[in-house]
Amino acid sequence: MPTTLQMPKLGESVIEGTVSRWLKREGDPVDEYEPLLEIITDKVDTEIPSPAAGVLLRIHVGEGETVAVGTPLALIGDAGEEVEARQSARAAGSGRHSPAVARLLAEHQLDAAAVRGSGREGRITRKDVEAHLASRQQATAPAESTTPGELLPLTPMRRRIAQQMVASVQTAPQVTAVYEADMGAVLAQRETLRAEHPGLRFTPVAWIVAATARALVEHPTLNAEWRADGIFLHHERHVGLAVALEEGLIVPVIRHADRLALPDLARAIADLATRARAGQLRPDEARGGTFTISNYGAGGCLVGTPIINPPQAAILGVGALQQRPVVREGALVARPMCYFSLTFDHRVLDGALADAFMRCMMGGLESGMDADREKQDR
Amino acid sequence: MADMTLIEAIRCALDEALAQDGRVFITGEDIGRRGGVFRATQGLYEKYGARRVMDSPLTEMGIVGVGIGAALADLRPVCEIQFADFIHPAFNQIVGEAARMYYRSAGGWRVPLVIRVPYGAVPGGGLYHCQSVEALFAHIPGLKIVVPSTPRDARRLLHGAILDPNPVLFLETKYGYRQIRGEVPERDAPLLPGPARIARSGVDLSLFAWGLMAHYAEVAAERAAREDGLDVEVVDLRTLHPLDRDSVLTSVSKTGKALVVHEDNRTMGFGAEIAALLVDEAFECLDGPVKRLAAPDVPAAPFNRGMFDFFLPGPDDILAAIRDLAAY
Repeated sequence: MPTTLQMPKLGESVIEGTVSRWLKREGDPVDEYEPLLEIITDKVDTEIPSPAAGVLLRIHVGEGETVAVGTPLALIGDAGEEVEARQSARAAGSGRHSPAVARLLAEHQLDAAAVRGSGREGRITRKDVEAHLASRQQATAPAESTTPGELLPLTPMRRRIAQQMVASVQTAPQVTAVYEADMGAVLAQRETLRAEHPGLRFTPVAWIVAATARALVEHPTLNAEWRADGIFLHHERHVGLAVALEEGLIVPVIRHADRLALPDLARAIADLATRARAGQLRPDEARGGTFTISNYGAGGCLVGTPIINPPQAAILGVGALQQRPVVREGALVARPMCYFSLTFDHRVLDGALADAFMRCMMGGLESGMDADREKQDR
Repeated sequence: MADMTLIEAIRCALDEALAQDGRVFITGEDIGRRGGVFRATQGLYEKYGARRVMDSPLTEMGIVGVGIGAALADLRPVCEIQFADFIHPAFNQIVGEAARMYYRSAGGWRVPLVIRVPYGAVPGGGLYHCQSVEALFAHIPGLKIVVPSTPRDARRLLHGAILDPNPVLFLETKYGYRQIRGEVPERDAPLLPGPARIARSGVDLSLFAWGLMAHYAEVAAERAAREDGLDVEVVDLRTLHPLDRDSVLTSVSKTGKALVVHEDNRTMGFGAEIAALLVDEAFECLDGPVKRLAAPDVPAAPFNRGMFDFFLPGPDDILAAIRDLAAY
């Protein structure tokens, strides 16, 4: 009896996935748990192991195709085993249509391949065509350019980012406030920690995450989300850190950031960032954040106005660290300065609370996170 | 407004008809002193006397034959066949005479006859007390077939059937007699046979049923809405012949999917007629196969309770069929 491999559900909100690469060909022998193919979801790329040992009898879904969770991807069985004559997922999706679907496709001169099927075995339903028409109308509403150019197809990640950002600005009234902190204490302490932990890469981001997490403990209203029936305060502080990728952006989450000492934070940040860039995050490592930090300063940006990562209540943007002339005790001196932008959901909190949160956060930075030093020493 | 069972609403309508129109009389086996085996006529013999509430001999052919003769003489007979299973001896009277009289006489003679028939499976009913006969008679031009599923409809459709100048087979779900309850207005206009009732409006699929199955269909549709978020349109046909084709076609042109449920046997059941109508006249609206949920093709509702439950479609079966078709 051959084993069917289905598109796995790689996390709570994941409904579809794209086959990016088959690591085996039809007819190849495979071991149980041996990597069989790579899948892209809107969150991450993942290798899928074979559910059984045997021979890869049939591949149902080709590279580059996007199918719903539960769709059969491949059949694994004994060599020479009779493959049951059955419609592959692809054949069902582009095969025969119901009269209602056939009529709609003809009326609107649509190619069935452009419509995603939600029916049994990927069948296109009337509602699928109607939804496709509705989305097409929306998409074509602005006059399409007739000048020479090319259309880049949307990757799942691009589509996901677009959905999230549009949802964010459409639902939350957002205010951005800008603050400035002196990073001298952080840089001084970094030297100490580098000496204590040779081989560990320390960046100021670790201090910023630590100071943010501690400020979230003091001001839980920023570690919250707006809901129809009230403001939900998270009891845990999971800080997401936006990481730029070639094709977009991903936000790995440092879980329980408030419980980690600086060396552990530095290690977690380096690990997540490296694996995010290599596309090796597990789906659950890029979700569940309660607050987000965007370190656009790494690219040279001084001041930004980040958009909230919904449904969170706020996001902190970090500008480039720069030696700047500032006045200290009546004299002009050069200090390592950094602008911070806090964008918050004005439904959840007001400016005064944002100020208090940032005072707390920057106080931690300017004191070099002494509390964390103590925690680490214990 | 009163809360009534189906059987109470039927008794109420009979009482009112006897009181309102001196031409109305009722006849059948045990309907007089005994008040009918289901008590549909209880108290009427005492109230209206033996000339208007008339016990008949054990001859269905005779009951309907007397009814036809009286109807031709401008009376308004309401005949009772004790169980649908016993209607077959009267088949010739109904099909050969009552249904064809108007045509045969070139519109000269009408047969304003109502035949009340308790039908359908009931636990313990077995071979001789469980038959569903709607498809046998729906095939015959000249007959009207009415199957109410609510007390309010039972009352006003029975009045409408008596007013109708054509022979009407009035099918009553006996398993629903005391199982189905509902509000019946103090005063209500008669409803002539014909229009279907949209028991529940929806957009995901159309469910067609009548009698007890319409009652179960509403229960299943509510569960589908609650448990699956499926919005099912339930169309209680109420009259099978003439069929309210507009309601059937309008509903499916909206939903694209159709499920017919009946407790009559599957093969050549009335569901086949609805399926054929949809394929014929709503082909381009169909977004899935027209499905039928029906009793299997066996000669009788089994006496054994477990097998009976297997035989008769219930809310669980209907819900499963809804989910299956919705997912197509």
